[in-house]
Amino acid sequence: MAPTPDSLIRLTAAQMSAKLRTGEITSVELTQAHLDRIGAVDETINAFIHVSGDEALQTAAAVDASRAAGGAEAEQLHPLAGVPIAIKDLIVTKGQPTTAGSKMLQGWMSPYDATVVEKIRTARMPILGKTNLDEFAMGSSTEHSAYGPTRNPWDITRIPGGSGGGSAAAVAAFEAPLALGTDTGGSIRQPGAVTGTVGTKPTYGGVSRYGAIAMASSLDQIGPVARTVEDAALLHDLIAGHDEKDSTSLAEAEYPEGRIPSFAEAATTKNVAGLRIGVIKQLQGSGYQAGVLSRFQEALDQLRDNGAEIVEVDCPSFDYALGAYYLIMPSEASSNLARYDGVRYGTRVLPESGPMTIERVMGATRAAGFGDEVKRRIILGTYALSAGYYDAYYGSAQKIRTLIQRDFEAAFERADVLVSPTSPTVAFPLEDKLDDPLAMYLNDVATIPANLAGIPGISVPGGLSEGLPVGIQFLAPAKEDARVYRAAAALERLLNDNDEPPLWAQVPALEEVTR
Amino acid sequence: MSEISRADVEHLATLAHIAMTDAELEKMTSELAVIVDSVKRVQEAAGADVPATSHPLPLTNVFRDDVVGHAFTAEEALANAPEAEDSRFKVPAILNEDDDAVTANTPQEGGAR
Amino acid sequence: MTTTTQAAMDAAELMSFEDAIETFEPVLGFEVHVELNTASKMFSSAPNAFGDEPNTNVNEVDLGMPGTLPVVNGKAVESAIRLGLALNCTIAQRCRFARKQYFYPDTPKNWQTSQYDEPIAFDGFVDVELDDGEIFRVEIERAHMEEDAGKLTHAGTSGRIHGADYSLVDYNRAGVPLIEIVSKPVTGAGSRAPEIARAYVSTIRDIVKGLGISDARMERGNVRCDANVSLMRPGAGVFGTRSETKNVNSIRAVEHAVTYEIRRHAGILSAGGSIVQETRHWKEDTRTTSSGRVKSDADDYRYFPEPDLVPIVTTPQWVESLRAELPEPPAKRRRRLREAWGYAEAEFRDVIAAGLLDQIEETVAHGASPAVARKWWMGEISRLANARDVEPAVLGVEPATIVELNDLIQAGTINDKIARQVLELHLDGAGAPAQIVQDRGLEVVSDDGALAAAVEKAMAENPDVVEKVKGGKFKAIGALIGPVMKETRGQADAGKVKEIVLQKLNMNSS
Ligand SMILES: [Mg+2]
Ligand SMILES: [Zn+2]
Repeated sequence: MAPTPDSLIRLTAAQMSAKLRTGEITSVELTQAHLDRIGAVDETINAFIHVSGDEALQTAAAVDASRAAGGAEAEQLHPLAGVPIAIKDLIVTKGQPTTAGSKMLQGWMSPYDATVVEKIRTARMPILGKTNLDEFAMGSSTEHSAYGPTRNPWDITRIPGGSGGGSAAAVAAFEAPLALGTDTGGSIRQPGAVTGTVGTKPTYGGVSRYGAIAMASSLDQIGPVARTVEDAALLHDLIAGHDEKDSTSLAEAEYPEGRIPSFAEAATTKNVAGLRIGVIKQLQGSGYQAGVLSRFQEALDQLRDNGAEIVEVDCPSFDYALGAYYLIMPSEASSNLARYDGVRYGTRVLPESGPMTIERVMGATRAAGFGDEVKRRIILGTYALSAGYYDAYYGSAQKIRTLIQRDFEAAFERADVLVSPTSPTVAFPLEDKLDDPLAMYLNDVATIPANLAGIPGISVPGGLSEGLPVGIQFLAPAKEDARVYRAAAALERLLNDNDEPPLWAQVPALEEVTR
Repeated sequence: MSEISRADVEHLATLAHIAMTDAELEKMTSELAVIVDSVKRVQEAAGADVPATSHPLPLTNVFRDDVVGHAFTAEEALANAPEAEDSRFKVPAILNEDDDAVTANTPQEGGAR
Repeated sequence: MTTTTQAAMDAAELMSFEDAIETFEPVLGFEVHVELNTASKMFSSAPNAFGDEPNTNVNEVDLGMPGTLPVVNGKAVESAIRLGLALNCTIAQRCRFARKQYFYPDTPKNWQTSQYDEPIAFDGFVDVELDDGEIFRVEIERAHMEEDAGKLTHAGTSGRIHGADYSLVDYNRAGVPLIEIVSKPVTGAGSRAPEIARAYVSTIRDIVKGLGISDARMERGNVRCDANVSLMRPGAGVFGTRSETKNVNSIRAVEHAVTYEIRRHAGILSAGGSIVQETRHWKEDTRTTSSGRVKSDADDYRYFPEPDLVPIVTTPQWVESLRAELPEPPAKRRRRLREAWGYAEAEFRDVIAAGLLDQIEETVAHGASPAVARKWWMGEISRLANARDVEPAVLGVEPATIVELNDLIQAGTINDKIARQVLELHLDGAGAPAQIVQDRGLEVVSDDGALAAAVEKAMAENPDVVEKVKGGKFKAIGALIGPVMKETRGQADAGKVKEIVLQKLNMNSS
């Protein structure tokens, strides 16, 4: 039976790749099916800020033509050629607007492609569009977007996580099989957790940041968003690697065996026998919802029952991670966002009255162009870096970073991977925490340590609580991203090893809501 | 209570070039106070002997060869400019003189700070 | 400070330099920015080029576009290390870049990537040679790497920043690699402070030129000096408040600016006023400084280590290999050249003062004798340059031209006077010297027939002179040379004329 558009979008990226290769489906069909899905549900979900149907279909048609031509041209196609993808609107794209979720960049057209976008284009993946996010990636709910909040496909009254709520929701709602996200303190993993998708924060430097609009340079990483661990790994394989435009990106030689291992291959491992898994004492207990902890315990049981060795590890400095993060991140962000001043590009706003000097135009532009959360972080960061406070705040936070790295080092002596719930809660209702920045910040308590230490982390669905997805996070030492794929793939198999469809397939049908 | 005053926030907003109304300053002051109170305990944790880590991975000496790559045409450079004139970005008058700017009629060179 | 007090201070009488130095001890400080002559920029691959159409030597990095990242130009780092070594500095084993944050429209990211507490080179010195040959040591605090800013043009009716309607920004210069050399406070200069300032900047210029790391053309802003001046009462032990005169862009201007600031400070201080810590701007046309921006507590650059760049680690092997390749230091080179050329001390000093060492060295390398090279550069070329109001070095005379002119003289094809004429024609674009001589028939009249006829005519018209010569007054022949020259349109060789006269009188000069 020929696949229907609806069944097409429910395939995994790996399955799409296989069917494209055999000619069972075309990329145009596949891309059109996703565009149709976007047309049907995105008014509700608001995962996309910009949809680029024409461009996507052109790429798809060209891939189909290459495939039809056969021979070397078809053989040289990347495995993901023709598989559509969505891109977080923090990552710059030539020919499509990039807004960073901010009024500041409304209408801005990047004159260059991010390195990851170049790779996507080289692999000839149709780009469906740009996904919604908290303004400049500052938030954990995608409510701080100048383009309206994104809704969680599992419950449209709830948040999809953030800042990459758009990418996660798009993938969860079958608007895209794959997406790119960025993760500064959990912005790939936490949305993954609350939307029942898989998201990876690679080792810092594992993926080029060139073209990712910077929030906090020493923490930001681009990573894959998918519905399965294998799909995430396939995309990770494509985007990983050294980039001479990013001084902080890792050369192949930096990896343990002098090369970047295949993450897709790691994701095919289904065996956890003998794997030492460390449970982080500080990332459970108070502050975590009971339902989240139950799913977490069940996951541990499954892993233990299948031969994994579960140990508890103590990371005392994690108690200071949130504080350190909320000093380092805003400090770097306050600097990175200084460039938005209405001189070279983006919005320019004139003061309503008084002298029309550049100083005042900059002030008015930044007052009108930035939302409240962005302003809060800029002011906080300006404070932490200002004369007389640097040592107490920024300096102390950088020391905490050292302590966290030491905690991880000690933990990884005892365990191959570490595990925790990804997020302390399931998706919370929209507007629930909008007026309480501190409560909002607590969402990232489990994801932040990995960013501070630069190590890789993944969030994989761990079941439902109150009908909403719960995420399980695996962490590995720097450059050992393959380990998180191994552990996550194994857990994914264990949890889906029954007659029921995989968790991601259980997302409510959204047509009913829209129509 | 936090050590952050409204005057501090006003100064920070000036440094950050964000125009703020009185109401915004009030609100920001109280929000910032709460946040700063919650993060300041990082000061207790690390002793003087702990080195700072400003970069997650210990890379050093990443250099580029001194080779010319691409440059924009003036048109490309100015494509996103809010305002432009004579192949240059146009900005409102500058009050705070701290540059080597030249008048339109007497070109000369000058310097950085 | 209010405008009124500002005006009052601006109006304070300048004290004479002599009185100022009598009353106060000047303390100087220098921040010299050197633009490197790399092919590409400090952190981007856009071209580092001067004088092109605005905003065409920029790419997304230089414009501070969202998502862009810097990558350090390795050659600029090597240049910085080499300069550090030439300044006798310690090279940091490990150093970093930092962000210096302030909003200004010529600064695309609203921060300057610079070095803060970890400069690549520190604790050095340079020995500067003063006009009388005395050596004065200036201690170097640090030399650090950074990037240049874009260029602003203020438009509007006034043509000045104050009252300008708007400004225009060209980012071509944004991101050009700079090394900033910061001196330690220079004390004990006394009345020689202006001279030391000039000699210091000139020495830095020579050093970077010698290293080949900068074009070192001050008129293009390749080397720019901020000169700090403060005065203290002798024995006070505490430095006075300083002013910082920005972008003094010629060697002479440095000397004048320091002189002016010493006189201005002295005037204010003796009138009971106090010096405002501020930046001042050098005005070449009036040779004065004017008030710039007052330094205030609001200056808070919020430096922090640039997270997009990784630290630089210098191994001893790397540093030593760069040290081994250093060219001869300018002071040493000067000593060597003076000896090789055999110039008198005063002659050599004049050459240095005129900034013509390189030109003479090159001319000698092209085959001219040191004496001939000096004669041309210090004589006719300097005279022409003066007449045209430019530095002799940039007049446009090539060493090869001088050699060619000299060869023509040696061959007797032209004389000195014609040679000067040919040089001027050459500078006005008439072509190569030999070509000019040929095109315009400027060869010395040496065929004996024509010359002899002219001499005979002159002798006939000046019998009294002939009598004097006959009487043994050989010097009187000079009176005949004028008429002969006139007859031959200047193309006669004076020596030859003398020879013919004596011949005709059957006399011998010796
Ligand atoms: Mg300076
Ligand atoms: Zn500087």
